[in-house]
Parts: sequence; structure tokens; C-alpha cells
Amino acid sequence: MRSLVSHLRPIAARFTPGRAVVVAVLSGPIVGALLAFGTVAAEETKEANVVTIDNFTFTPPEFTVAVGTTVKWINHDDIPHNVINKDKAFRSKALDTDDSYSFTFASAGTYDYFCGLHPHMQGKIVVK
Amino acid sequence: MAKNGLDDHEKGLGRREVLECMVWAGTGVLWTISGGVPHSVGLIGEAAAAEPATGFTFLQMSDSHIGFDKAANPDALGTLREAVAKVKAMPTKPAFIIHTGDITHLSKPAEFDNADKVFSETGVQIHWVPGEHDIIDEDRGKAYLERYGKGAKGAGWYSYDDHGVHFIGLVNVVDLKGGGLGNLGAEQLAWLEADLKDRSNSTPIVVFAHIPMQIVYKEWGWGTEDGMKALDLLKRFGSVTVLNGHIHQLVQKVEGNMTFHTAMSTAFPQPAPGSAPSPGPMVVPADQLRSKLGLSTITVMQGNKPLAFVDKTLAG
Repeated sequence: MRSLVSHLRPIAARFTPGRAVVVAVLSGPIVGALLAFGTVAAEETKEANVVTIDNFTFTPPEFTVAVGTTVKWINHDDIPHNVINKDKAFRSKALDTDDSYSFTFASAGTYDYFCGLHPHMQGKIVVK
Repeated sequence: MAKNGLDDHEKGLGRREVLECMVWAGTGVLWTISGGVPHSVGLIGEAAAAEPATGFTFLQMSDSHIGFDKAANPDALGTLREAVAKVKAMPTKPAFIIHTGDITHLSKPAEFDNADKVFSETGVQIHWVPGEHDIIDEDRGKAYLERYGKGAKGAGWYSYDDHGVHFIGLVNVVDLKGGGLGNLGAEQLAWLEADLKDRSNSTPIVVFAHIPMQIVYKEWGWGTEDGMKALDLLKRFGSVTVLNGHIHQLVQKVEGNMTFHTAMSTAFPQPAPGSAPSPGPMVVPADQLRSKLGLSTITVMQGNKPLAFVDKTLAG
């Protein structure tokens, strides 16, 4: 049994959410998203009002636009995502890699949304 | 819900050590059910040879993602074929296969067709539950239910009995809430309670669903919001085995009478919790891919012996 225990330790350590892991989780998506947004912004400056999806993250996570604005979401991940408003004002189909979805905000308000496949992914559109 | 990682290895060492060493040896899962308590009996080849005639074997396969063609594995159908070839080559034909979801990548008819065609080559019955990738057709799950939902309730949950074991397939990928995790919902929990009501505590239970029922890693959504409500209903049983997929890697945990196991994918690996910026497909060198993919073989033995399991990679 002793030798078995020694085998187990690295496995247990692997799943211990220690400080290093927490830092990685906090900084990873943010840095990744910023870098990704930088590249995307260069390509997509013609298309304002774009929310990108990279590394399971909506960027920018909170976006303020004027009434009547069309916002476009583009998925750059290798995994499909979708975009669902919490109050059911809009819902995209599944967006495969490089697919996009657009919605025009006719009314002022705050629109919380998330990915229906990975609901830990959340974002917000503020329409003024 | 309280954070509940898979890191509490401090207590209850014993058969857990054996189980996890078997699993992390990365060969194949061989479950032997009896008397209710799981334990491992060996690698697929050895164990199958050692099985008494009264035992029966079933498999857990998961996360086939047919249609996936990105860098992490350009040919997910090809690696499923390799997995099925391993099934066909098993010395003991499995009684059935449990597939713990994400049969397809995008719920397209051609993807379901291709999956069905390859899986049918196994020649054995398959019990399915959907993953979130199987219900993203325009009609949100209609395509899945039309193919696999015969006799199932709600979004596709059901139960059946085999060799004295009660098997329960649950659906925790439907109607997910923003900021939340996997979700069973009140209707399914009420069904589960009724399904278990007249069963004796000595009935061995195997529960399977796509997303882990326990919280493996909340930050990546790897858990089920109301999973504890289901597990509470199962507490009184002497043996409960929970089989999940979704995270494309092996995780094994034993808590009292409950054993939790997640299977490898046959399509692509995903990173260990928190080890990457996101849980997206993990690209590994081509010559290592098959050591990260696999299936689980489970043998149920009759008599007073416990259930055991071994995981087998496609590299072996």
C-alpha cells in the first residue's frame, strides 16, 4: 500500500486548487483575452461593436452601446459556443469556429447573457 | 454550492489507492459489481481471462465528438474507429455500452449518422445520454431524442435493470442557467426519487450522465448544480457508482459507498483543471494523442465480490 500511496500524491496535488492555480486561472483568461482582442481588433476595426469569444471568454465582458446598435459576436474557439440572453431577448444558434451572430438592440437596458453550452461564460451589453 | 474539488485524499485510503493506481496507470477500466463495493481486478486482457462464466462486462465510452476536425485531433471519427476495433477485439463480448454523451460535435444529422455507423460495428446495445454538443440542433435536442430517446422521459432520462444492477441514465446538459453548472432540474429529480422509491438498499446502483455529478472544477463549469440532490437520494444504497464524461480525462474518487469516475474521450484530451487558460481542446504531439484517448471496460461479477474497473487508452 505504501508504494500505492506514493503514486497517488502527485495526482492529489494535481487537483489541489492551490494559490498558483488560482493565479493562473485569474490571469490566464484575462491576458489571453487581451492578446486575442488586440489581434482581432486589427482585423475587425471596420466592424465596430464586436464581441469576440476566445478561450471560453467574452471580450469585452461588458460592452456599452447606443440604442439601435447591432452587436456581433464572433467565436474564435475550437469549440462551439452560443449566446443567450438571461431574459430571453435574444438567443443565437450554436456558433462553430469563426461563426458569428448579430443582434440589434432596439431598447435601452442591461442585457446579461451567457453561453448555453458553458454557462460559466458570461457577458453583459449595456444599451443607453 | 460549496466548492468541492477532487483533492480530499486524506481519508479513507485503502481500496481507493488501488482504484486510482489502476486508473492512472492508464490502461482500461474494468468494473466488477457485486456486494456493492467497487474494486479493480486488473487490466482488460488479464481480467477478462480471469472472469468466471457468471460475470458480465459492459463498457463506458464517452465524448466521441464526431465532426470535430481541429488541431487537437483532425480525425475524431478515425479514433472512434480505433476504439471500436478494441471493443471488437475484446476476448469477452461486453453486454452493452454506456455512452456518457457528446456523441457528436455539432448535433448534425451526418455526425449522428457517422457515429451510429461506427458504433453499430460493435454489435452490442448502447445506452446513451446526451452531452451539450448533442442538443445544439435548431430544435434543441429533437434530433437526439428522435434517435436515442425511445422510452426515455423528459430530455432523455431513463433507467433499466441488468444482472441485478439498477442503471440510471440522467441528463444534466439541458436548460443551463447563466453562471451555473450542469443541471438536472426539479422534474428529473422527482422522477429519480420515484424511480428509487421501492428499491432495496442492497440494490447496486450505477448512475451515468454527461457532466460530472460532483463539482470537479467550478471555474470551468465542471460539475452539476443540483447534483447533490440526486446523490442525497442515492445515499441509502450500499453501492453507488457514478459514471460521467465531459472533461475528457480520468478522475476517480471514492466517498463512502459512492465511487465517481470520469472517462477519457475518444476524440481529444482536455487540460487538467486550472492548468490552462480555458478547458478547450488540448493539442498534444501526434504520437502522444492516443495515450490521452480511451474507453473504460467494466465487468460485473456475480456473487459476493465488488465491482471493479480499468481504463484503457487507444495507445495500449
